[in-house]
Parts: sequence; structure tokens; C-alpha cells
Amino acid sequence: MTSTTVETAAEIRPFHVDVPDEELDDLRRRVAATRWPEKETVGDQSQGVQLATIQALARYWGSDYDFRRFEARLNAFPQFITEIDGLDIHFIHVKSAHENALPLIITHGWPGSVLELLETIGPLTDPTAHGGEAEDAFDVVIPSMPGYGFSSQPTDVGWDSGRIAAAWADLMDRLGYTRYVAQGGDQGAGVTDAMGRQAPDGLLGVHFNFLDAVPRELLMAALNLRLAFSADDRAQLGKVVGIVMRGYIAEMGEHPQTIGYSLLDSPIGLAAWMLDHDADSYEKISRAFLDGEPSGGLTRDTVLDNITLYWLTSTGASTSRLYWETGRAATASLKDPPPHVTLPVAYTVFPDELFQAPRHWVRHAYHNLVYYNEAPKGGHFAAWEEPEIFSQEMRAAFASLRNGRSS
Amino acid sequence: MSTTVESTTEIRPFRADIPEEKIDDLRRRIAAARWPSKELVEDRSQGVQLATLQELARYWANEYDFGRVEERLNALPQFTTEIDGVEIHFIHAKSAHENALPLIMTHGWPGSVIELLEAIGPLTDPTAHGRTAEDAFDLVLPSLPGYGFSGEPTELGWNVGRIAQAWAELMRRVGYTRYVAQGGDVGASVTDQMGRQAPEGLLGIHTNLLVTGLAGGEHPSDTEEEKAALAALATFRASGFGYFLEQATRPQTIGYALLDSPVALAAWMLDHDTDAYYKIFSAFVDGQPSGNLTRDHILDNVTLYWLTGTGASAARSYWENGQAQARAAAAGQAPPEASLPVGFTQFPGEIFLAPRSWVEQGYPNLTYFNKAERGGHFAAWEEPELFSTEVRAAFRSLR
Repeated sequence: MTSTTVETAAEIRPFHVDVPDEELDDLRRRVAATRWPEKETVGDQSQGVQLATIQALARYWGSDYDFRRFEARLNAFPQFITEIDGLDIHFIHVKSAHENALPLIITHGWPGSVLELLETIGPLTDPTAHGGEAEDAFDVVIPSMPGYGFSSQPTDVGWDSGRIAAAWADLMDRLGYTRYVAQGGDQGAGVTDAMGRQAPDGLLGVHFNFLDAVPRELLMAALNLRLAFSADDRAQLGKVVGIVMRGYIAEMGEHPQTIGYSLLDSPIGLAAWMLDHDADSYEKISRAFLDGEPSGGLTRDTVLDNITLYWLTSTGASTSRLYWETGRAATASLKDPPPHVTLPVAYTVFPDELFQAPRHWVRHAYHNLVYYNEAPKGGHFAAWEEPEIFSQEMRAAFASLRNGRSS
Repeated sequence: MSTTVESTTEIRPFRADIPEEKIDDLRRRIAAARWPSKELVEDRSQGVQLATLQELARYWANEYDFGRVEERLNALPQFTTEIDGVEIHFIHAKSAHENALPLIMTHGWPGSVIELLEAIGPLTDPTAHGRTAEDAFDLVLPSLPGYGFSGEPTELGWNVGRIAQAWAELMRRVGYTRYVAQGGDVGASVTDQMGRQAPEGLLGIHTNLLVTGLAGGEHPSDTEEEKAALAALATFRASGFGYFLEQATRPQTIGYALLDSPVALAAWMLDHDTDAYYKIFSAFVDGQPSGNLTRDHILDNVTLYWLTGTGASAARSYWENGQAQARAAAAGQAPPEASLPVGFTQFPGEIFLAPRSWVEQGYPNLTYFNKAERGGHFAAWEEPELFSTEVRAAFRSLR
């Protein structure tokens, strides 16, 4: 009986997205029935998402946008569900046709989802069709974090990045991978950082495009900027402190349930909250809607695919809870610091990211830094905005860890 | 040209008149609410609990009388007048007693004039509430710009300092030459500013939130009481500050949900401070209101925000104050001292219990300090009799 249970729980079931028409009709109705506030009293984004931007989004969402897009995009890839640690985990699993492809687990962030990573699947699994070599190939595993997309929502506390990291190691093990690498930005960087610290069997190294582990002594020093730092350090620390002062982080970190009511009941409330992540991506998305000039892959359609996924899976509150968990875990780690990362670490700085972590910060956080590079283009949603550049970074970052190439 | 001046300083009677369609739409939206999964904890530590909000929604849609807001407001003399380019709505309740002291009281967020209505009787008609005619006040209760039936500013700069100036103009226009001012929450900030600007005719102020304590800086921290106040402030900043930061930095973003979803608006407004939240929780879930914080009174206030569509504009008032504070900090400006007499009452459920030493630090000319036995952040709303007693005592020496 026990073994049956274990077998059932470890089962990997194929998954297909299938959204009922009624849910799409309800969403369309709600977008059309939006009750709008007055225009902001400034001429820029300094009071938040601007009325003209969100009304352009609503217009496109309610008229020309194809609500079945995100479903078709996901269903174009092999998707699966498996239960880990009591939760159903949804993931995309695409194997390369090339032998000796390196298995790679990529973790999305907030307000993202697996959708932000879809355009990297081609370049990563099929490099020869994208200007790479067969030796650059990856097998790609892209899970939805607990409470996100089609993964189930935790019903008890404790699903912080450490627990998610442990689940990811289980997932890779269950898929039969014995040597693999991991990658993440945003909240995915937190999960990937935790994987690096846990160093599960088989994990060869990690790559980040966001420095989740800003060295604490730097943060403390940021409170006293008279300390002898370079001008660049001071500028970057100012940006880090700015992140801490963001309202969305405070609200989701403290009272995710309260903002959850907005995110579940109002599609425009949800869209505005998701658009208001950082100044750079907001300006890019705003241009996509107002001027028809998207930045790379951040198009009107892909932005709405992601918002539509959040809406239809009703995950506004459960995704916010991850910040609450992250906050609790951060407080706990002050008393009980996690182990250092000894595995090889690779890092890519994207020029429009929230802050551009200098190499010495990254090396300070991760002593075994084997790769550091500054990408020519891209921001916080690097994989989404610049999938080709992002994929090139993956190839370069992990080249030294592949079979027969590592020392 | 003189015609223009006359018409803009005109004081016009006002009555709330809410079209039935707006109420039908509101009822429909509440009934159609799409709910998140339940929070993962058994207390307020993840925000407004699902059981609280679902019970509020049930009562709101099924039992609440949507005509209440209109009736309660229209039972009082209301007016509007344009000041500094913004239409200001106010209640003006005069006492029948001679020599009543004129008092302008300012509400806060997430409040409105609704939170002050039950104090009108005791303050204007003290003899009906066990007091003497010498305790009477003439009351002016304005709606802050962007709140309730006041207009929404369309230009920048409507911070508490500018509102304080508008209130002085309002009192002048109403014809008062000697008056006092009172406020809690945002109203305490406006009243604090009035105390510092000291317009002609203002005799003194009373507040029930120590804004000079909230502002940061060094405060005495030797006694147990002082240490407890510091700890309470730290707790508030670490666990209930999201709404403040969001409204102070991104009011437009949160504004979309506050305008579009009645349950989002209700949740956002309920999530102010721990004490008030649990009292409201108790009113809805256990049927046990604390004082006057009843289901109906709470929904009157939420309904007013909804029907006036002021979620974003009210949130923007935090942004304006944040901008004003940042400018003052950058310029290294200390605010002028409040030299007028100041009264302060500490209510036990307030976010932090300002010790006398802190109040004296903020207001060297402290003429009245007292600790009330009951009541919290929404003191006038929750305990109107007790609140009125405090206001009478605080201003007695200034009559």
C-alpha cells in the first residue's frame, strides 16, 4: 500500500491547457465593464501605471487580443504534472534531439510565469537552428512555481525558495537527470540560489541574471554611504535600496491576502499591479501598447498572455504569498545563515536590470564565480525580452561544466 | 471680473444624490466577486482574512441599506465652496447655544466625514449629552480634497500644508474669527500644519495621532512607555506598511483596483491597523462591534468611497505628502514650530501610544494631555462620546 502511494505520487502525467469558454467570456465582460479612476496628475510614471497605458492595454485585451493564444503557446510544448511534497507541480519538459544535451532547469519569477521562458526553448534545445553548435544543446525543464500558473497553490505555510529548491531537485531526479544545471532571475534567482546552497546530487552549477544574494555587508554599508565605495558601487546600492522601498514588495511581503482580492476580482487591477514592476520594463511595455514599438519579445500579445494566465488560473493571491514566505525566510536566515555556495556560479548582467551588480559584488556573494558577462541588451525580463541573447549567455555560462569539458 | 470672484467664493448648499443605477451596479459587482483562496494563517498576518471579507460582502449585498449614506449626510447641513481651484464639500453644524466655539475637524484615510458624524450631537448639543451649554461647539467638517464629495485636485501640490491653508480660508469664508482645529490620522497632519501656519483666528489645536512621532527622528526612549511606543512603531512599519508605501509611491496603480472592484476597495480600507482590523473583524464575523464601529457604519464609509469613485484620488494624498516631505528633507527644512496651544489625547488602541514626553517634544506649548480609557485609531468614530469629552476638555481653557 505504501509503495502504491509512493508510485502514484511520483507519477508524471501529461498535461494540456484547456480553458472553458465561460471563463473567457467572463474575463472579456469584466475588462469591458472596468470603472476607471481619473488620470494621474503627473506626466510620467511617477504615480504608477498611467491611465493612457492601461486603457490602451484594456482596449487591445478586449478587442483584438486572441484569448486562446497562451493556451496554444503552452500546448505547443510537452507539459506534465507531478506531485512533489504534497503539491502538483506543472512543468514544461523539452528534450533536445542532440545527444549529450545538458539538462537545465529554469525558474521564472514574479510577475512572470513559464510564459516568459518559452522563446528560449528553441535556441536552447535546438542550437543548430539558432546559430549555435550541437554541443551547445540543453534539455530544458521549466516548472511553474507553487501557487503560480498551473501548479497547485500551497495550503500551508513554508513554501519558501528553500523548499521550492528541494522540490526542483526531486523533480530533476524524478526525470532521471543525474547531471544538470539550474538558472533563474527575479524570484527564480532566489530558488536557484537556494539550490546552489543545498547542492543536491547531480547539480553541476548555477547561473543568475539577478543578484538575489546582495552581500549583507554591502546593504548595511548602504545605510552609511560615506564609507569608501566607488561611485559605481554607490549608484548601484542606491538602486538596491530603491527596490526595498517599492510598495508592491512591501504589500505582497506583508499582506498578500489583502492585495489578493484586487488581483482576483479586477482584471485591470491585476494588469496594473503586474505592469508596475520596474521603471524600465514598464516604459518598454507602455511603448508596446501606446506606440506599437515593443522591445524585443515584450510585445502586447506576450504581455497579455502572461496576465491572462494569471487571471484564468486565479493565482494573484497565491503568487503574492511567495513574497510573504521570502520575507519570513529572510528574517530566519539572519539568525541562521544558509551555507555558502561552493558550486560553480555564472552571472550575466543585463544593462536594463534593476541594478547592475558589479563583478566584485557577485564574487563576494559567490566565491566560485566561473563566468561573468555584461549582455548588450535586455532588462529584468531578459529571457522574455531577448531570448537569443539570453540563450547565448546560457551556452557560454555553462560551457565549462559540460561532459568532458569540466576539469 | 468681480463676478468671477464672487461666484468662486460662493457657498452653495449641497445634497448627496446617488443615482439608482450606481447602486445596482455596485450590488452586481459585489455579487460577482471572484475570490482568492483562503490565507494560510489563522490571523491577520497575511492581511484581511477571507472569512471577514466574505461576510462583509454578504452583508453588503444582501442586508445593507444602500440609501444610508445619502440619508445620514442629507440629515445635516452640507455645502460646497471652491477654494484654491478645488470644490470643497463640508458639513456645517451650528450649535443652538450662544458663544459656541467654532471647531474644524478633519478626517483621515481610510475615513471620511462619515467617521465624525456621531460626534456632531455631543459637540453641538452638549446639554442633550450630559454637559453644559458652555461646552458647545459650532462644527465645520470638510471632506479632504480628493475624498468624498470634495473635488479631485487635477494639479500637483495638494499636500497637507496646502489643505491647512484652504481650511483657514474656509473658516474665514464661513465667518469665524476665533476657532480651534482637531484631527486624527491624515486629519492630524492637516491640523498640525494649521498649528504651524497659525492663521489669524486659530486659537489652538487638538490631535489624536502624534504626527511628529510618526515622522521619524529621535524620540525619548528611556522609560518603559517610551520603549513600547518605539516598538509599536517598528511593528507597524514592518508588518502593516505596504498600503502606506504603495499609496505614497504608486497611488495610480492601486487606484485601478480600488475603482473597479468593491471587494478590493473594502479589503484595502479594512487593512489599516491591527487594532481597527480586529474590531471590524469582530463586528462582521462575531456580530460584536466595538463601540460605534458597526457593520453599517463601516459599510457607509466604504460605500461612500465607492460611489464617489475616490479610491485613487484619496490614495494620491499620500503621494502628495510623500513628495512634500521628500522636498523638505532634501532642503534640510525643519517645519516652523507650533507655538499655539496644543491638546493631545492618547487612545489605547492607537498604532502607537505617544508618551507625554514625545508630545511635548513635538509641541512645546502642550496645554492638555490625557489618556482616554477606550478607543483606537478611529477614536471619533468608535467612541464619539469619549472623543467629545476629550475635545471639550482640551479646548476649555481657550474659550
